[in-house]
Amino acid sequence: MKNRLSKFLEVVIFIFPAVILLLIFVVIPAVKTLSLAFLNADGQFVGLLNFKEVLLSKDIINLERFPTQSPPWGALIHNGLWIAIHLPSVVALGMILAVILRDAWGGKVIKSIIFLGMITPMVVGGGIVTFIFDERSGVVNGILRFLGQDQWIRSWMVYPDTALLALILGSILLWTGFSLILYSSGLSTIPQEWYEAAEVDGANSIQKFFYITVPSLKPVTITVVSMSLLWELKVFDMVYTATGGGPGASSTVLALRMYSLAFRALDPNRSAVIATLLTVLTLAIGLLLARSTNKIQE
Amino acid sequence: MKKKKFSWKQVIINLIAWTAGLIWIIPFMGILMASIRPQRELIHGWWKLEEVTISFANFKNAWFHPTAPIGEGIKNSLIVAAPATILPIIIATLAAYGLMRLKFPGRRVLLVGIVLLLSIPQQMVAVPLFQTLLDFGILNTYRGLIITHTAWGIIWITIFMRNYLTTLPPEVEEAASLDGANRFQIFTRIILPLSLPGLASVAALQFTWVWNDFFMALITLYDPEKLVATQRIPLLKGQFTVDWGVLSAASLLVTAIPLLVFVVLQKYYVKGLIGWTSK
Repeated sequence: MKNRLSKFLEVVIFIFPAVILLLIFVVIPAVKTLSLAFLNADGQFVGLLNFKEVLLSKDIINLERFPTQSPPWGALIHNGLWIAIHLPSVVALGMILAVILRDAWGGKVIKSIIFLGMITPMVVGGGIVTFIFDERSGVVNGILRFLGQDQWIRSWMVYPDTALLALILGSILLWTGFSLILYSSGLSTIPQEWYEAAEVDGANSIQKFFYITVPSLKPVTITVVSMSLLWELKVFDMVYTATGGGPGASSTVLALRMYSLAFRALDPNRSAVIATLLTVLTLAIGLLLARSTNKIQE
Repeated sequence: MKKKKFSWKQVIINLIAWTAGLIWIIPFMGILMASIRPQRELIHGWWKLEEVTISFANFKNAWFHPTAPIGEGIKNSLIVAAPATILPIIIATLAAYGLMRLKFPGRRVLLVGIVLLLSIPQQMVAVPLFQTLLDFGILNTYRGLIITHTAWGIIWITIFMRNYLTTLPPEVEEAASLDGANRFQIFTRIILPLSLPGLASVAALQFTWVWNDFFMALITLYDPEKLVATQRIPLLKGQFTVDWGVLSAASLLVTAIPLLVFVVLQKYYVKGLIGWTSK
């Protein structure tokens, strides 16, 4: 039998270093941010006043302009649009491309090419997206010129009505590698016999895709959806490089608003409100994911 | 191999696959072309190939750029990323093993707590963390950024390694403890060697994430000569006129390191990503 001292020493060696670092650099700062959200600049408790002010400000939700006029529509709506466009795109593209590239000649090479977007730092991704939408050097405008769609030819990042859309489209290009890799590995776990049985029953390729592949990949889809949601909520780097949130806040997002409020406008309290809102959303997604995959197993 | 019959299905599949490959390679081709060709050849599109001059001047200009030299940034990124990969791996693997084997009060709460921390965005700590680093006198130092990345790395690596360690057979440990080895000896002599594939996955991903990080660097480092590589990319871009040649060359230089990690550790990288996100 070991004595209590050596048991205590074991905990000190194995557990303490991690716990202390997590407390000092993650947990305590997070709790401080939470409390900042309920204080005013003088440190007095103001209840939900900051939340009210932030949620009613046009920087976050601008219902005067959305959806009838061009952006800025407010950071929260911008993130919402990001989710509405980016999420279904990466799920569908990842799943369909995984199936197609499995059977295509050179599929592995193409997979690696698509995965390049995930290896690239997202600040660089912001530069790449700006480049492909550049008026003279960008390939998108080259194609538009070729198609004769001259009214759309422009540097997309410098106009309020196209900056956000260009960023979202570009982020689909960069993020599809993630869903593709996950779906590709998910495909290899579906028993081949299921497809053979379906063929015997006379199912065609489309039916096999919707009745076997899609339902079998459900666990992967849950992971892809939650990871993509987290990314869409926290998107920061590529927006910072590509537009800095501009022009005129037309492409700003929650994480960028949080940063500018804290470190440019020096308003830590409102910045804390945005950080708290982000955390509530990401925690909810994390809890749903943990529940659906039984991550906390004992 | 049975001879494949010509089928329209195969034609369509390959057609879609190669169209997708083309769409995804074009942006990266553009960056490559812009980096090795002079600006005057790019202004009407890098895909125009009537006149092609190849030069590496853009790489030299990016490396020694007067306001944001990428060479110095890459050196700084290495100074940060190497310890910010090794330290959290050591600390988190110890914690993962402790959480699995040691019986102590609050063990389950701690585990659930760390799982919850996985979902906390970095924005949630930014302002107080800035103050904490300032109080410790390590704001605007590599040490400050290294310890920040270490703490954030511990969260996911602890959970990842705990999941990994539970797949190891318990018999090897029992045999060793019968021989009189203590916990620490079991950990270093048995657990660590058996964990090498998992640790390779963790190292590949943590290094890449630290290297690619921008947000934490942005709030912890601000002296121009201390900035890491990713912080220099927006500085090279400028607001209205962009020197695409220099920016592209810099982008390729900054991406080269994580790309190298991916190529060398591809198997572990992908396994880590899949195990990590779907376990």
